[in-house]
Amino acid sequence: MIAVQGLSKSFGDKTVLDRIDLSVAPGESLCVIGQSGMGKSVLLKCILGMVAPDAGQILWQDRPLDGARRAEFMQQFGMLFQGGALFDSLSVWQNVAFRLRQQMPDQQARRIAIDKLARVGLAAETADLMPAQLSGGMAKRVALARAIAADPRVIFFDEPTTGLDPIRARRINDLIRGIVRSTGATAITITHDMESVRSIGDRVALLQQGRIAWQGPVSRMDAAPELAEFLGHAPQ
Amino acid sequence: MTPIRATGRAALGLLRGLGAVALFTGRGLFRLRPFYPRAFAAQLIQIGWLSLPVVALTALFTGAALALQIHSGGARFQASDVVPAIVAIGMVRELGPVLGGLMVAARVASSIAAEIGTMRVTEQIDALVTLSTDPMRWLVTPRLWAAVLTVPFLVGIGDIIGIMGGWLIGTNSLGFNSTAYLSNSWAYLESWDVASGLIKGAVFGLVVAVSGCWFGMRSGRGAEGVGRATKSAVVAAAVGILAANFVLTGMFFE
Repeated sequence: MIAVQGLSKSFGDKTVLDRIDLSVAPGESLCVIGQSGMGKSVLLKCILGMVAPDAGQILWQDRPLDGARRAEFMQQFGMLFQGGALFDSLSVWQNVAFRLRQQMPDQQARRIAIDKLARVGLAAETADLMPAQLSGGMAKRVALARAIAADPRVIFFDEPTTGLDPIRARRINDLIRGIVRSTGATAITITHDMESVRSIGDRVALLQQGRIAWQGPVSRMDAAPELAEFLGHAPQ
Repeated sequence: MTPIRATGRAALGLLRGLGAVALFTGRGLFRLRPFYPRAFAAQLIQIGWLSLPVVALTALFTGAALALQIHSGGARFQASDVVPAIVAIGMVRELGPVLGGLMVAARVASSIAAEIGTMRVTEQIDALVTLSTDPMRWLVTPRLWAAVLTVPFLVGIGDIIGIMGGWLIGTNSLGFNSTAYLSNSWAYLESWDVASGLIKGAVFGLVVAVSGCWFGMRSGRGAEGVGRATKSAVVAAAVGILAANFVLTGMFFE
């Protein structure tokens, strides 16, 4: 469904992405792992059109993602940001229903937002709170509710468990797994949390020195020598 | 590098910067669709209504101080009677728009730059893009138009309050008759004096909003980056207002 072909990006002398090839099938959950500064977020921003690649292309449904197709694509994906990126000046429900409010009356958008909040385990009373009143875990859930508010076909997760304690991180992983499975959405997750990979990924790709050093099913990653450093143990 | 080359490079850099700001302003002002009325209404309140107290207080004290100054200065050549006319003309043509603009710059340019800068470093602007919303139309356009439309109102209200500040001092401390003071104020005031001040207000509003949005959208990372953007926005807005005031005064009254 989504493919990256020969994607390259440099900043000055530093090559961040070097002829990357990746593809994600419909309904598949791909986790991209790698150390900090290895270009994971740049890869994501290239796919989303926020950073222009130096070379290569993004394909969506086997056709290049440019012009009008990008506008169509932008309507069909959701994104969970590392820090939540909730709009401070809007209440929780207004954040969740941000896109919906441009398409339908507020009352209807609010109802859908409250449904989505329930989907991520938040009570309806949360709807009128402001982002500053939320804990880190709640803010992440609200951001997750916003990401799924318009029933996207593709969901991007950027470091979904960063900054959370292990218990909250596990809850977020469980929520993401449940949402991805129940909606059948394609998921691309950028992370360095191997618990997240095991919990939500079908397939994993290791980004190293700007290249994909290894990719394969999550079930085979324990045997991959390239991932030993990440896993913290020798290949099994 | 030779001095000539360095000068040329600096001049080109300056022109490039001015061109970028001009394009930014044009995009912010004229790419209106889709227009976000809620965001616009919120900015009318933020920039216009909430700036009213500080502009009113500034105008009140300025009008009062101006009356005292003109009275004591005018006494040197037996011209103390011109206090009402000079206060009115001075407030409406110059001090109302300039001081009002500077107070709005201090309050609004800083807040716009800090808000947009923080949104940038916390990925809220990226989030807007992922929600199919153009940050220019959502963040910049409503602020620019709100400032252009509300600052002239603030200037107009400031003019009236400034004149009343002079009237308060004139009638309570300087021995002017209340009715005579007011009639003298209006007698020497021409409609172009008022209109020119309001036009200045609109231009100053644009300068303030563009400064705040421009530096906010280009904020560096972290608290230091946002702090630097805020400081730059206020300095640019203040200098921009004074420079624009000089140019506009030359255009209007020469």
